[in-house]
Amino acid sequence: MKFGVVRFPGSCDDVDALDAATLVGDAVPLWHAERDLKGVEAVIVPGGFSYGDYLRAGAIARFAPVMEDVIEFAHEGGLVLGICNGFQVLCEAGLLPGALLPNVSLRFVCRQVELEVLDLETSFTRACARGERLSVPVKHTTGRYYSPDPVHALLRYAPGQNPNRSQDDIAGVCNEQGNVFGLMPHPEHAVDPLTGSTDGLRIFESIRAEIDDRVVV
Amino acid sequence: MRARVLVRPKRGILDPQGQAVERALPALGFEGVRNVHIGRLIELDVEDPARLPEMCERLLANPLIEDYEIVEDGEE
Repeated sequence: MKFGVVRFPGSCDDVDALDAATLVGDAVPLWHAERDLKGVEAVIVPGGFSYGDYLRAGAIARFAPVMEDVIEFAHEGGLVLGICNGFQVLCEAGLLPGALLPNVSLRFVCRQVELEVLDLETSFTRACARGERLSVPVKHTTGRYYSPDPVHALLRYAPGQNPNRSQDDIAGVCNEQGNVFGLMPHPEHAVDPLTGSTDGLRIFESIRAEIDDRVVV
Repeated sequence: MRARVLVRPKRGILDPQGQAVERALPALGFEGVRNVHIGRLIELDVEDPARLPEMCERLLANPLIEDYEIVEDGEE
């Protein structure tokens, strides 16, 4: 299968996302100014500081030309994964409910966290085992998830590990249709034993399994 | 038309920046300050001020987490 990784000016985790996706399939970069998704079967909006995060994190990137295609792709049921800044972009774009606020500590946090998987029956978590905790790093200043309405959370920080005081310890949410997923932790930084954990692979393996099933159908 | 857009965190949403400043003021001897909130000021010249609310809704503020106020300052 083929992943596409969006590259905005100011993206910095696009290369790691491409590398991680390459472990389970093929992956190509998608340039922010081009309206071309290159026939990919899943889109990753990566971490970083798109357009300098001016105004609000993700606020300007949401209007990039490629985002029009990403939004259309999502509305047609395509799988879209937003990581960190990508999560912020997807919230600003209205593809995911809620918003990300500054960490209550007002500090940049960079540490490994344990995540509880709340729903195993989704396109983004189906490769996780029941009761499995994922050890994945976070690194952000604006990661406090907030939504005035109930949401479908897929990942939660393990007790005592919430790095930003997000609502209900939420680390990742998906949309009602289940085809768009955003999370603050970085699964793409946890795919190689050299860096301590390969738990992040579950997310990429889940997407791969979902796409393989769709092709069979 | 010269205009200002004032963007504030919505009431009820925790504003850690405001809290940090509120705690810092007494340390400098400024007592009796409460309810500090920190937002954003956007100044702009705009040909059609009637479009300002839409600009605020779509870009200048995130209505989910922020309130905005438009102040029209008149012609230059």
